[in-house]
Amino acid sequence: MLATLLGRLNWDQLPQDAITRGGAGSIVFGALGIIALITYLRRWKWLWKEWLTTQDPKKIGVMYIIVALVMLLRGAGDALLMRTQQAVASGSTAGPLDSYHFQQIFSAHGTIMIFFVAMGLMFGLINLVLPLQIGARDVAFPFLNATSFWLFFAGMALVNLSLVLGDFSAAGWLAYPPLSELKYSPTVGVDYWIWALQISGVGSLLSGINFLVTTLKMRAPGMTLMKMPMFAWSVLASMSLVAFAFPILTVTLTLLALDRTLGTHFFTAGMGGNAMMYVNLIWAWGHPEVYILVLPAFGIYSEVVATFARKKLFGYASMVWAIWAIVLLSFTVWLHHFFTMGAGADVNAFFGIMTGVIAIPTGVKIFNWLFTMHRGRIKFSTPMLWFMGFVVIFTIGGVAGVMMSVPAIDYQVHNSLFLVAHFHMMIVGGVVFGYFAGLTYWFPKIFGFRLNERLGRYAFWCWGVGFTMAFVPLYILGLMGATRRLDHYDASLGWQPLFIVAGLGVLILAAGIGFQILQLVVSIWQRDGNRDLTGDPWNGRTLEWSVPSPAPVYNFTSIPVVAERDQFWEDKQAGKKPVARYEDILLPKNTGAGIWIAGFAFLIGFGMIWHMYWLSVVALLGVVATIVVRASDDEPEYILTAKEVEKMDHALARRGSQYV
Amino acid sequence: MGYGLLWPNPCYLPHTTIKESGRMSELATTLDLERIEVQATDKTVFGFWVYLMTDCVLFAGLFAVYAVLHGNTFGGPSGHELFKLPYVLIETMVLLTSSFTCGLAMLAAQRRDRTQVLLWLGVTFLLGLTFLGLELSEFRNMVLDGNSWRRSGFLSSYFTLVGTHGLHITFGLIWMAVTAVFTLKKGLTHGILKRLTLLSLFWHFLDVVWIFIFTIVYLFGGLSI
Repeated sequence: MLATLLGRLNWDQLPQDAITRGGAGSIVFGALGIIALITYLRRWKWLWKEWLTTQDPKKIGVMYIIVALVMLLRGAGDALLMRTQQAVASGSTAGPLDSYHFQQIFSAHGTIMIFFVAMGLMFGLINLVLPLQIGARDVAFPFLNATSFWLFFAGMALVNLSLVLGDFSAAGWLAYPPLSELKYSPTVGVDYWIWALQISGVGSLLSGINFLVTTLKMRAPGMTLMKMPMFAWSVLASMSLVAFAFPILTVTLTLLALDRTLGTHFFTAGMGGNAMMYVNLIWAWGHPEVYILVLPAFGIYSEVVATFARKKLFGYASMVWAIWAIVLLSFTVWLHHFFTMGAGADVNAFFGIMTGVIAIPTGVKIFNWLFTMHRGRIKFSTPMLWFMGFVVIFTIGGVAGVMMSVPAIDYQVHNSLFLVAHFHMMIVGGVVFGYFAGLTYWFPKIFGFRLNERLGRYAFWCWGVGFTMAFVPLYILGLMGATRRLDHYDASLGWQPLFIVAGLGVLILAAGIGFQILQLVVSIWQRDGNRDLTGDPWNGRTLEWSVPSPAPVYNFTSIPVVAERDQFWEDKQAGKKPVARYEDILLPKNTGAGIWIAGFAFLIGFGMIWHMYWLSVVALLGVVATIVVRASDDEPEYILTAKEVEKMDHALARRGSQYV
Repeated sequence: MGYGLLWPNPCYLPHTTIKESGRMSELATTLDLERIEVQATDKTVFGFWVYLMTDCVLFAGLFAVYAVLHGNTFGGPSGHELFKLPYVLIETMVLLTSSFTCGLAMLAAQRRDRTQVLLWLGVTFLLGLTFLGLELSEFRNMVLDGNSWRRSGFLSSYFTLVGTHGLHITFGLIWMAVTAVFTLKKGLTHGILKRLTLLSLFWHFLDVVWIFIFTIVYLFGGLSI
């Protein structure tokens, strides 16, 4: 009876050794610390009313970004541990980690960085910026938006719970079978991985649909697609990719879960299973996923370069063409992740060629940015610095990628540190630098004051130098034969010096993160001196800069009418002053239903992981019940009267916005 | 910090609310609530189509898996030996008819005939339930014969593909029951009509997926093409 009730739960699932206890301790004390702080400041009611139940995409975006940045710290901690291990564990010297922990750490590192840091920053920035950029008040489905965030949060909670209860997957960030099957991974680790991704994956898919409909249906009057800002185009493209790719992930995770719970034979090593099919399925999702991540970053670069070069984006139409070429082509290259799996020369050749082809539209975009800079009057503010770092790092990584697109070369470097260096340069140089640029660029719009420039510069240089120092040695190591995911190697190989250099690089990178944290603290401390009084701190081109900073909950007092690209810039050049018109505005009411749905989803996952199936069934009923209760709500919206809007707008205007 | 971000959400100020009843709000507002309602319905239906397309990709994935695994019988029975086509034909007819009656419900909705809507929704529900019962019975017999999803890769993929469709039907039936209750209580308001539209889209979509399953799994498998 107790066994059915508690499934696989028992006392020895709690941390048993020093390292796991350390990790668990940091999570538990971190969480307790936050709870204590909020209780001390007596802010629970405020937190619930103003943030947790919000339907305002700007606040939801802030919450996404906070979660993502916290997870960045966890992923970076994993990286530090791995780098230390590899710098030390040469020959007879044992590193700080044993294989059992090392394998979970690299699996957690990849999973957290992709699914919770990168996706979190992306959805966060889109939430903050997209409605403002297209002249809308909100996204298409505000309640779905909030629910998506909470599903993301539930997935994050499961990943962090694995530090406290049980273990995490040791099968890499993609959990290939047969290793991830029950026979070779009998513990809860892979199950944590499956359900954290499944739950947050549903959130991602819903967000994809949401932003797609938002971009297609809620643009300001007069803003045709070809008059949209480039960031909005990149979001449209990325969300189209989400709609096509994420169902594949849902299927693949489900099939693996079925193998592990119901005894099916999709990917098992016998009984008619086909492990190679998993690799195909997961990469059919996985490759579009990296383009999902990088396209919005490219969109950010388009905004940043045009703004800081004080020149309109070069080749708008070709940029749009390039984005959609990337979207289409991203579905034709997935096999380049496993040239060595044995598909044969003809199949390999096709995918190798397509991989080479997909580099072309990316190159078009980079040249367009450089041509935008040409004869511009460039100001190297922090966002622009991140772009410059991107050009260098992403290009190096990209060239390595084109090398590996040749199957014959790939056979030599597949799954070596050469590959690891390549994809880190793409993801960090492309995606992370882009999102950092976006955060710095749009921070004033959301919070009403600018970030400290000097500390931002220090952070950038530490990141740039540290990252390069951490990963260029890996190219060399890869060519010397070093495989990925090694926790120990022979001293005679002569690899250790390069690992030590890489380790030092990561320390400099960590200093960069330290500067970012310092920048945030100092900027908040100095906020009065850094206020964005006009709403337009960078002399921007797009609509989001036409509203006061911080942007009010309704975004625009009246929806702007657009006649051309960069309408706001054109208005400024023509000397047109905006006229404030006030009207009644319909806005969604706050609701906690999204939290309930995600909470139940968390319990579904928890029950499946620990074989407490009764809990999953009850929680599923809970989800259905919450949806029904929400659906029966006849008054999900409220009207903000024109008088109230006028009052709020004047309060902002008193501080010197353009409407004065 | 930033004012606007830390301002109290205006939804807690004394405010006016709209009543979702298809009638214009009784309270004075400059908002064109009719137009907003129409635009909202347009957005929601479009968004639901996008969701259906993602569901399509999901089923496409399961079909792909079935295509790869359908020969992996591992010494166990193949579709040819297992599928009873006359039985499946009855299932199919039941589901197709339910799609037809769903269409009749929507026509009644357009005429704002609440009784007819509930009647045809009820018939659709019963037919759907019958379909589910027939399918579960088929599954049960296969499992009792030892041909469950554990038997082989082929059977794993068969049960998952057809079972996922069945799960969708189940959720559709729950949705149908809830919608019927709401229709009974609130009448055919704008919002209810919107939901009926979405439900019928969902139901027809499931019918289309079944046609594919019927063809690819049962006809191709049963006739051992």
